[in-house]
Amino acid sequence: MTAELHAITTTVNGTRHSRRVESRLLLSDFLRHELGLTGTRVGCEHGVCGACTILYDGEPVRSCLMFAAQAHGHELTTVEGLAPERGRLHPLQEAFRTAHGLQCGYCTPGILLTMKAFLAETPSPSEGEVREALSGNLCRCTGYQHIVNAVLLAAARLRGESSA
Amino acid sequence: MTTRYFGERVQRNEDERLLTGRALFVDDVELPGMLHAAFLRSPHAHARIRAIDVSAALRRDGVVAVYTAADLGDYWRPGPLLVPPPPIAGSVFNERTQVPLAKGKVRHAGEPVALVIADSRYVAEDALPEIVVDYEPLPAVVDLERALVPGAPCVHDDLGTNVAARVRQTKGNYAEAAKRADLVIKRRFLYDRGASMPIETRGVVAQWDGKADKLTVWDTTQAPVVIRDGLAAMLGLSERQVRVIAPFIGGGFGPKIMMFYPEEVLVPWAAIRLDRPVKWIEDRAEHFLATTHERGQIHDAEMALTKDGRILGIRDVFLHDTGAYDPYGLTVPINSQCTLLGVYVVPHYDSTFTAVFTTKPIVTPYRGAGRQHGVFVMERLLDLAARALGFDANEIRRRNFIPPEAFPYDNEIIYQDFAPLEYDSGNYAPILEKALELVGYDRFVRDEQPRLRAEGRHVGIGVVCYVEGTGIGPYEGAKVQVQASGKVSVVTGIGTQGQGHYTAFAQIVADQVGVDVRDVEVVTGDTDQFYWGAGTFASRGAVVAGNAVNDAAKLVRQKILRTAAAHFECAEEDLVIGNGAVAVAGVPSRAVKLGVLAAEANPTRGAVAPGTEPGLEATSYFGPPRGATASGAHAMIVEVDPETFVIAIRKYAVVHDCGTVVNPLLLDGQIHGGVAQGIGNAFYEQLVFDADGQLLNASLADYLLPTALDVPRMDLAHTVTPSPLNPLGIKGAGEAGAIPAGPLFAQALENALDLPAKGIELLEIPLSPNRLWELVKGGGP
Amino acid sequence: MKPAPFRYVAADSLASALALKAEHGDDARFLAGGQSLIPAMNFRLAQPAVVVDINPLGELDFVRAAGAGGLRIGALTRNRTLERDALVAQRQPLVREAVPHVAHPQIRNRGTLGGNLAHADPASELPALMLALDARLHAKSARGERWIEAREFFRGVFTTALRADELLAEVELPEPRPRTGTCFMEVARRRGDYAMMGVAAVVALGADDRCTHARLAYCNAGETPVSAATAAQALVGSRIGEGQIHDVAAVAQREIDPLGNVHASKAFQRHLAGVLTRRALQTALDRAMAGR
Repeated sequence: MTAELHAITTTVNGTRHSRRVESRLLLSDFLRHELGLTGTRVGCEHGVCGACTILYDGEPVRSCLMFAAQAHGHELTTVEGLAPERGRLHPLQEAFRTAHGLQCGYCTPGILLTMKAFLAETPSPSEGEVREALSGNLCRCTGYQHIVNAVLLAAARLRGESSA
Repeated sequence: MTTRYFGERVQRNEDERLLTGRALFVDDVELPGMLHAAFLRSPHAHARIRAIDVSAALRRDGVVAVYTAADLGDYWRPGPLLVPPPPIAGSVFNERTQVPLAKGKVRHAGEPVALVIADSRYVAEDALPEIVVDYEPLPAVVDLERALVPGAPCVHDDLGTNVAARVRQTKGNYAEAAKRADLVIKRRFLYDRGASMPIETRGVVAQWDGKADKLTVWDTTQAPVVIRDGLAAMLGLSERQVRVIAPFIGGGFGPKIMMFYPEEVLVPWAAIRLDRPVKWIEDRAEHFLATTHERGQIHDAEMALTKDGRILGIRDVFLHDTGAYDPYGLTVPINSQCTLLGVYVVPHYDSTFTAVFTTKPIVTPYRGAGRQHGVFVMERLLDLAARALGFDANEIRRRNFIPPEAFPYDNEIIYQDFAPLEYDSGNYAPILEKALELVGYDRFVRDEQPRLRAEGRHVGIGVVCYVEGTGIGPYEGAKVQVQASGKVSVVTGIGTQGQGHYTAFAQIVADQVGVDVRDVEVVTGDTDQFYWGAGTFASRGAVVAGNAVNDAAKLVRQKILRTAAAHFECAEEDLVIGNGAVAVAGVPSRAVKLGVLAAEANPTRGAVAPGTEPGLEATSYFGPPRGATASGAHAMIVEVDPETFVIAIRKYAVVHDCGTVVNPLLLDGQIHGGVAQGIGNAFYEQLVFDADGQLLNASLADYLLPTALDVPRMDLAHTVTPSPLNPLGIKGAGEAGAIPAGPLFAQALENALDLPAKGIELLEIPLSPNRLWELVKGGGP
Repeated sequence: MKPAPFRYVAADSLASALALKAEHGDDARFLAGGQSLIPAMNFRLAQPAVVVDINPLGELDFVRAAGAGGLRIGALTRNRTLERDALVAQRQPLVREAVPHVAHPQIRNRGTLGGNLAHADPASELPALMLALDARLHAKSARGERWIEAREFFRGVFTTALRADELLAEVELPEPRPRTGTCFMEVARRRGDYAMMGVAAVVALGADDRCTHARLAYCNAGETPVSAATAAQALVGSRIGEGQIHDVAAVAQREIDPLGNVHASKAFQRHLAGVLTRRALQTALDRAMAGR
């Protein structure tokens, strides 16, 4: 079958992109290899590890379980869109650095985006709620403890608790 | 006053790049004209290849090339033996290393048979089913004991046996010791296969630059220098023509140092042959079969004791599943053999292992690298002995600890690094006591457990001890250089996979040359930046490379002082280094920035004096005489649902001694991560093969990595017994967390379910709800 | 792990989606959440020629009251909506209780009720709920439409009563009887995994506290979601006590036919079914007695 191309327009991190994509192109591959936004990592391509999590119209989704064509007319956020500008970090990113919430860093972008949406909905989470919200993102390096600490720290900072 | 960084909880220099998504991983490499590779892999565990027809695949649009073993010509040869067998008298070792593409026969499901190169990975995968392979299936070799029965099908026909190796190491005379014993405990212990499963799979990108006559390879390897040397030799290039870059790596844990994987051999070759960049990224389905595994062993072990609980000796005979090939030599089973001795005085030891070829993926070291099997056997034997003798499980351990005055302690056998298994230093009793305190042992046993039992709850406790041989040679090197900007660079040949080397090494250097830790830029994993090195394995990065970095930094410090003394025309003793500058003591206004000194040390006119060198730069190497032995104890309180056998870990405590600590924050992270993998290993992760050698759970939906809900909050404490084997006193910590989880689970679950009273013993890992139910229902072994 | 080639069509109307399905039949697959379909495509276990993306069809994404206590839920309703929707929580607390066990938040953000049911994975939670709640499923095609009872809908592993040209458009959950108590429980290796065994229990009581209605439905207990009708029927008419719960659980264990897998043997699954039946029935009963 010859590849059938679809013209799509999608907004990623506030920037509009128009491309022609093959039907079967996975959204994760589109972001990484067509748009060059390689911060979205790919770990399993069957929707378990969570490394490729992005925000799709604000909701965390696995970008390996969507086709690029489905991004047409939608707004996406990837890890590249988290920090307000180069040299500055989003409070979640800051907290991950403070609390040593990453080691190899491969699962980190997916976790940051998952947690961004989670904290927006749950600004004062318990440790148990954080762990539950993290359970769809596998990390093989950290044992999660410092990630949990980082998320709790970020939540406190985002709530404006200066003691954090 | 300059901040001191060594020993502090310093935040990581590498984090910003990782947190913003800018860090380069292998799959992020995009090159103009790049082609993509996919491998056709054997669906059979064991089969003869009668014929391969690639013509249909070659006709597909977008397919550039299809290669089989026949196309490789002289380039087809078995991979190198990475670690030769140690010089142990009487050892048998049958070297059979992996091949780039199967020729004549496939020996495990997933073994590569053909390579497709196409315009995209999508198209390359389209072509795979169009390659027609005529297989004659052969009986699989799965079970270790059946593999050794005469007449069993052979993985390597020419050997006439499935014995890959047989090694006996002895200390004293166990048989004599056993005759004097009041008690001999004898059991069979099982430890099944698992996988390291980094979240980043493997990958290789290769680019041949015909104009420069140079090959560049990006590889998810833990040992870029060794890959460079090997590729150069295989491809007939000079080492200077090959640059291997191990950029950011998404977790390694051992299997990313299996050299050479077929893909590492073939992708560079194809890039040269086609004169186009070629990328291969392992997908998760491939990873389950194409990346090496670990863990399958069966131990028949016995421990002889006196009635007062002293170990007289241990005999262990075990089988080790090495998979279809044995490129990593005997490292894993020797680790098992050596680490079994643990923190205890074992006067007599008689250990024999047989490594067995099976038609399963290759076994090479994975975090712990066989150590946990030994620890499992020893700790379980002690638990059983304590029970038989009526001792408290902690008391029997106390009675057998190697006393602090006995160090260095010679175990009289040979370790994986070919050096005698001699522990450099240690102090074990305080570790155990601290672990008991941290987990609240006395209070739990006295108050909580009886109360919970009365409520009908099944909550148990476990405490186990272990050693970890770390930081072995041969060596690592580092180059430290002050730049004209005043920033300092550190270059080393080891690769890094998330351990925090960018920061730990920077801390060491920052203290020596008096700069902010953020002004030290660490470069690792690029063979064009540093020529020499071995790699990141055996918990050796901080120990071996760290000491090389330290030594190089000290040499640079001397150069700084010498240059500054000339600058101020004063004595070196009158100078103080700090805050990125050198000042005359007591006269802060007389200061010169390091960058200025670096420029002065590299003059554009005038002469560099004979016998001196330009620049503020030094290179140093460090090779320890043998490994440093870390140690620790883990304790756990676990609750089990007695009907569903679902567990909940209520408390997890770790006390660890890895000598001097460079960065406690990073160390905690290493321990946490290790424990998480240990928990996975003990209760969640198992590679399940059927009788045909097919892996039944090759997806992350069925191979169960622990999630944030499965790994508990851990309480950590450290004791510090510096290693005398290196100037910084460091011992490695990378694998410690993962090592003792097996026996810990077994002990705590037995306690929770009150299994000893029912005559039931947990002698295997991994456990699971299903397996616990079977054992409990069965009413005993 | 890249999907084989196919033709992607984003549906611009229900009619056009149904026309495409009518044209291509089994060669075409509807793409709803894609959380089961796309992994299967990435493994190349599924290789549809045509993928009809129904995500643009907002008219299939709704939760509505049906009468005084019933619910009508559009097929494109995300699991995340079921988890958060106040009406669902109020009228069908069983759904609210079960949905958080379906995979993880990211998956629930995409995964849909209709997609899950049409996929008909016997290990999945929602099909068992449909049995427990006596749901009716609304199928539409270019030829017309029909309602299918949940107990008729699931025919085998990944197999439903839907015809090759039909789309599952909507699910109706009838109003629970007065004094109904429900409970969903499962045992999975990890949170979010397919359960080794899961049970949905529904118990309704009369004014005299006698059971007027009961349902027991299981996930991962056979080639389809399995209803233990004999066991449940045994409860009706009696004042349920501990001994009877025990007996009914034993009957239910024999009514199911679990397949066994790498995490749980058939025997262990059966054992778990007994344990979970006792616990879930007791909880459902307690809730019914407590008025919810």
